[in-house]
Order: sequence, then C-alpha cells, then structure tokens
Amino acid sequence: MSNDFRQDAATPIVIVGHVDHGKSTLIGRLLHDTDNLPEGRVAQIIESSRKRGLKVEWSFLLDSLQIERDQGVTVDSTRIPFLLGNRQFVIVDAPGHRQFLRNMITGAADAEAAVLVIDAAEGAQEQTRRHAMLLRLIGIRHVIVLMNKVDLLEYDEQKIAASEQAVAALLKQLDIEPSLFIPASAREGDNIASRSPKMEWYKGPTLTEALALVPSPAGRADLPLRLPVQDVYRFDAKRVVAGRIERGRVNVGDTLVIGTHGTTARVASIEGWHAAPQISAVAGQSVAITLEPDVIPDRGDLLHRPEEAPIRTARIRSRLFWLRQEPLRVGESFRLRLATAEHQVTVASIDSVVRLDDLTEHASDHVPPEGFAEITLAASESILFDAFTPGTTDGRGVLVDRHQRIVGGAPLIGPADIASGTRAIHPTDSTVSLWDRAQARGHRGGVFWMTGLPGAGKSTIARAAESRLFGQKIDVSVLDGDTLRAGLCADLGFSEADRTENVRRAAAVARILAETGQVVLVALISPRAADRDLARQVVGEGFHEVFVDADQATCEARDPKGLYQAARAGRITGFTGIDAPYDVPATPDLHLPTGAGSVAEVAERLATYVADSVALAESTRRRS
Amino acid sequence: MDDLDQLEAQSIYILREAYRKLKPLAMLWSLGKDSNVMVWLARKAFLGRVPFPVMHVDTGKKFPEMYRFRDEYTRKWELELLLGDCPPVEEIDPTLPPAARSAARKTAGLAAMIEKYKLEGVIAGIRRDEQATRAKERVFSPRGSSHKWDVRNQPPEFWDQYATPHEEGVHIRVHPLLSWREIDIWRYIEREGIPLVDLYFSKNGKRYRSLGDQDITSPIESDAATVAEVIAELQTTRTSERAGRAMDHESEDAFERLRVAGYL
Repeated sequence: MSNDFRQDAATPIVIVGHVDHGKSTLIGRLLHDTDNLPEGRVAQIIESSRKRGLKVEWSFLLDSLQIERDQGVTVDSTRIPFLLGNRQFVIVDAPGHRQFLRNMITGAADAEAAVLVIDAAEGAQEQTRRHAMLLRLIGIRHVIVLMNKVDLLEYDEQKIAASEQAVAALLKQLDIEPSLFIPASAREGDNIASRSPKMEWYKGPTLTEALALVPSPAGRADLPLRLPVQDVYRFDAKRVVAGRIERGRVNVGDTLVIGTHGTTARVASIEGWHAAPQISAVAGQSVAITLEPDVIPDRGDLLHRPEEAPIRTARIRSRLFWLRQEPLRVGESFRLRLATAEHQVTVASIDSVVRLDDLTEHASDHVPPEGFAEITLAASESILFDAFTPGTTDGRGVLVDRHQRIVGGAPLIGPADIASGTRAIHPTDSTVSLWDRAQARGHRGGVFWMTGLPGAGKSTIARAAESRLFGQKIDVSVLDGDTLRAGLCADLGFSEADRTENVRRAAAVARILAETGQVVLVALISPRAADRDLARQVVGEGFHEVFVDADQATCEARDPKGLYQAARAGRITGFTGIDAPYDVPATPDLHLPTGAGSVAEVAERLATYVADSVALAESTRRRS
Repeated sequence: MDDLDQLEAQSIYILREAYRKLKPLAMLWSLGKDSNVMVWLARKAFLGRVPFPVMHVDTGKKFPEMYRFRDEYTRKWELELLLGDCPPVEEIDPTLPPAARSAARKTAGLAAMIEKYKLEGVIAGIRRDEQATRAKERVFSPRGSSHKWDVRNQPPEFWDQYATPHEEGVHIRVHPLLSWREIDIWRYIEREGIPLVDLYFSKNGKRYRSLGDQDITSPIESDAATVAEVIAELQTTRTSERAGRAMDHESEDAFERLRVAGYL
C-alpha cells in the first residue's frame, strides 16, 4: 500500500439539539459550503424543493426517506462522511423529536465531539436539556455550542450574549464545559464555513475552524490491558481465544489473569491469516491468541495483567439513561452487558432521578421512560469493570431485558458500598483525564495518609521524604495537621465532631491535589479508625494508610512541641494518647516503626514505597 | 492502526458477534466487490476459513463472468455455497416501477432461502455511503416475520451492543461493512490483493462501478483498468456509485419501498 493513502480514521461528530433549531439545515449548509456534496445531490434538493413550491431547503438533503418528508421530522440518525482539508469526519445527525431518543443515542454514542445547536432567539428547550444530559452520560468530551438563527436577533452582540449566558448556566449544571460558543446562521451561512461580515464583533473560530481543532480520538494503547473474551474457537486442534483489545497492549509471553476465576496463563501466540506474524497487538485490534497452559476461558472473561486489576464488586452504582416505554422500578432484573460479558443484575435502589425541567435530582420510586437516574445494581456474582470515563470504552454497561432488547444505558461509575470495596474510583469530570495527567507528569497521583501519635515523627518523616521524592522528579506536597489548623481549619477545635471535620477537609483537599496528579503526604494524627475510613472514602482510588508507629513513651520523651508536658500538667485536654484514645491501625498499607532507625532511613522507606506506588507500569509508560 | 486497520478490526468484531449469537447463520455472496471483501474479512476473523455457508441468490441474469468467478472461488476459498433462485417477474408487485420490480425478484428469492434454511442471521455487505436509505441501517437489523424492515421502530444500538431479539419468525440482517466507504473497499482490495470479476475494470473506455443484473445495470465511462486506477478515479469523481443502477432512480421512494420489503 502506498503511503499517500495512509490516513487516520474519521472523527465522528454528532449534531444534536431541539427539534426545529436547525440541525438538518446546518448539515446541508455545511456540506454545501465545504464542497462535500456529490454531484446530483444539489440538483435533487433543488428539484425536491421546487416540487413542494419552497425555497431551497438544505434539510431535504438529510430527510431522504419519504416518510420523513411527509412528517417533517428526521426519524433516525444517519451518518454522512465529510472531508475538511485532509481530515475525515463523519457527521452523525441525531433527531430532535422526543420519542426517538434511542435513535439519537445510536448515532451519538461513539462521537468524539458534539455540536449542540440552539436557536439563539428561542434559547434552550426541553430537547436541548435532554440532549445535553445525554452527551454527559455517553461521555462526549468536546461540546461546541452553535447559537443558530442569530439573524433573527439582528446579529446583535448583546442579545446573543444574553442568550449564550443562559445556555452556559444550564450546561454548567451538567458539568459540561463547552469548548466554544459560535454565533451563527445556518440558513444564511454566517460563521459556518466562512466568517460572517455581519458579526465583526465575533473574533472566535467559524464552525469549520472549530471542527478542525477537535482532537483525534486518543490512543488507548498505553493504558492497562483489558481484553474481553469474545469467543473461543477450536480450529485444527488448536484452541484460539478471540476478542478485541479495549485498551492496552498484549504481547506474546505476557502472563494474564483470566476473569474472576483468577487463573493465569501465558500468551503463547497471536494468530492471524494473511497478515504479517505478530508478537504484539494494541487497543482496537480484533485478535486471536493461544494460551499456555491451554485453559478455556468463557465469553465475557476479562483478560488483564495481574498487577493491573480492575474494580471488582457485586454492587455497582450506575448513571442510567432509560429507553423502555414503561417506567423502571426497584426490584426489576436485567442482564447487564459489559463489553462481551453478561451478568444477571437486579435494581437494588433508585438513588435519584433527574427532573428535566430544571435538571435537579430528586428521590423517586421509578424512572420514567426516557428518564435519567442514578441507581444501584446488585449482581449475583462479582463483576470486573473500570469506572466509566468519557472518551474511553470503560464501564459502558447496557441493560437488556429477557427478550434481548436493549432497555437502557448504564455507565458504571463505581462500587455502591464503598466500605466493602477495596477501591472507589471517582471519575473526574475534567476533560483532562487522570491518565493524561499521569502521562504528562510521569507518575500517578496518590494520597499517603500518615497517622500516628503526637510526636511519632509524622511531619519530620513527611518533610524528609518530600525532598527525596522531589529529587526524583515526583510532584509532591505535604499537608500537615498544624498547617491545616492554622488556616483552612482554624475554625475547628478538638471535639470529636471537629476532629472528624478536620479529617474530612484534609481528605477533600488531598483528593483534589491527587486528582491533578500530585502525590500528597498527609501528616495528621487522625486518631479514630472511623475518621480514617472516612478519609479513604473521600479520597477513593490511590489512598494509602501509613502508620507512623512509635510507642507512647518514646513520643512523650521526644515531645518536640512540649504538648505531652502541657497535657500532663492539665493545661490542654483531649490530647491523644493522654486523655483521648488512639485507634491503632489494624491493617495499614505501610507500617513505619520510628523507634529504631534514623529519620533518614525511615524517610527512605517511605519515599521508596511512595515512588513504587505512583509509578506507571513499564508497559503503560509513554514511548518517547 | 490506520483507518483500514480500524475498519477491518470492527468488521471482524461484528462477524465474530454474529457467529457467536446467530445460528444458523449465512453470508450473502453477490459476487460483487463488497461481498468479496466480506468473505475475505470472514477468513480474517476465523483464521483462513469461513465457518458458515455463503449464499448466492441467483436471478439468472448475472453476467457470465460472474458465474465463472463464483465457481472458481467457491473452490479456491473452500466455501460452502448455497444457491437459491428467484421467482419470475410476473409474480412481483406490479405497482413497482419496472427496474425495481425486476430487482424485487431477488428479495423474494432471498426470503425463500431464509425460510428454507431457517436462518437466524444473514450477513449482507451493504454500506451507509451507498444510498441514503442504507445510511439509516443498524449493524444488527432485526427483520419481522414478513422480512419487513421497520425503519421507524429500530432498536437502539450503541457501545457495540447489538440487539439479538429471539422471537418466532424474526431474523437478523448483519452488516459488517456499514461504516466502509466505496474508496475504503477499493483501498482494502488493493492492500490485501482480493480477486474481483474483471467487469470492474475498463475495457474500451467503459467499466462497471456497481454490479447487478445485466438488464438493469449500466457501465460508466472510465479508463481505469487496474485497482490503483480505480482508486485514483474515485478520488476525483463526484457521481454516485449506484448511478448505474436503474431502480434507484425511477421514483423518489422506489429504493426505500424495496428496502422496507426486505431488499438489501
């Protein structure tokens, strides 16, 4: 194959918006102005428009089905290839008509970016809210808002800005941060493919310029491996495991864990026909591998590396978009499809339902047709999954009924009962993913929660470890109890409630920092086990409990701040270890005795543990 | 992975889903370029073999070159070939325009084969870019008992989860090439060296861009005599692929009526 033809796959762009806000007109206009219409199509449009005694209607291009024209609504999504410069796009047209939500999802689910079309004169309507909600639930990262029909506002900057602000406020409720607002008129061609002379005040890009800036789908080859088994064949006395790599990379010789059984096997070969022999395959490829020993996985088993296990739980929180015509109620059972796996699940609770009028969440005993909700699913067995993350295939749960009909989309967002799970992932709403950040920094974020008696050496060791880690180019900071109490927590005392609040705030700050990719050492007495559990819940994934252990006599002998002395003298009360209890951690992630060994030695142990915990696996490190 | 690798991987995934979920399953082999690519992709998916039969619904009016091609490659590719014939045109809905009426014979022939072999899945090589009506298709498209396509009531399909309703009389049309474009098909043919009927290549300034029955398919003006030349031609052409297919152009809704009734 000659290299001239080598090209990236098309970027799918979905166009959504309320009925009559101008989506079809926009697409017709876009294709025409960028010279993407095949010969004959324009003639067809002109002919169709003429037959109906109308001015040229760009929307006829899309309404290619007779029944659509008769009804005047687009009944189903359609896909139109579209070339901009050298870059290929596929425009996915999704209908605005209410009862066809499932068609819209069908079109929109794989899109890389969305254009939300809003009639600037009319503002956001019910479908605008519904579609925006859906964009969030299906995980579209880039949203361009096209304020259409600005000709009806006489191209007036102030009127358009007012309309824009109302839309921005609405999107903010959904945690959608649009990359852009474009004032435009699809009918007149303003700011679609060429800059409008009627809005010289607008300095931003036209729609085509904005589309050109949409990033290409991110590669998923550098993430931890996920290979769901699609089928197992036995050909020519050889057993072959077939599946598509959802993310990561598989190499001949890799040892993989097979599903929930926990059996491991080595990849003996990657099979192929009429293809160059392969020793490695990456995300997106449909592969066939042989295993050694020749174990027999089941369809749905997830293959992963031992050190990169996904979440495993039988109770899952899910955001739901409900597609059945009858409401959903607690206690109903479904099959949960997750890649190639299927699990029996029951709706254990409906935790909240979104009211579309104002996008607020409410308690309810049912989810209405085409409704959005947060629910808890209980499975009969442990389920392996990764939390839903926009722009990836992770956590894409789908509910099917007894008749194998798809009745809802159920992005899996985490374990329902955090205390029983070992990891609680909180998906970030930022368009910069945790992985993007980790790769930029060269390490993951994490929180190392150092608990211990006053005087055990928490702050000293934290500071010493901090400088070591910094020297290894790790982005690290220390949150220590005294510093927090001097500022953020200055309003808190030492009552049990205040101590809990102190822990909660420290954990919340640590989580924010960790989510930006930082390594946070928290040096806080945090005497109660319950409070530390709270911290673990608040932080979620990447929380490590470090017990800085020195016996009370040693601490009291050190007494660097003279606090034991003051407590003994009764000048301060509620002092941990004297007249307030300290719950010794039962199973800390790291136990650091400080009684023996120098500060340098103990700090070195901590620094080594931290560095190992936040390191990116060799296979996932960005090749440079 | 480039775009062809991605299209190939997606098609293989779809074929493997169909093989796993639908039994009995068969693939339509019209002998045209798209269905040859489809057979090739099945061999990729199943490591050199096609583990289900291929079907040729024979209108009896194909070009002689196509029948020769069929016999040669059935043998070379070790295919299990099922042949079905079509009722005479007199038995077809007389309200259809003439060419569409002729094309509808194939629909009736296909329906008879689906009945005969009690097929649950039929793999077909249609593409979204061929025709506006086909752009609305699902990858797994359920057909009711009269093989009707209920355009207005299609199941949702997202995140690569395909509807597989198991109901009496329902079969699934599986479309592994839905996302491919005409030029992708040709680039893949070039890359893989997939054999084709030579009617696709120019002789005396004409070639066929799309192959149907002899009486309702016309060649286009072209000097493209090799795969590479066809690709070069497609990069500049702006006429549609099915311009030579008479039934698409008889009336605004002829093709849609054909499809609703079960045409591919």
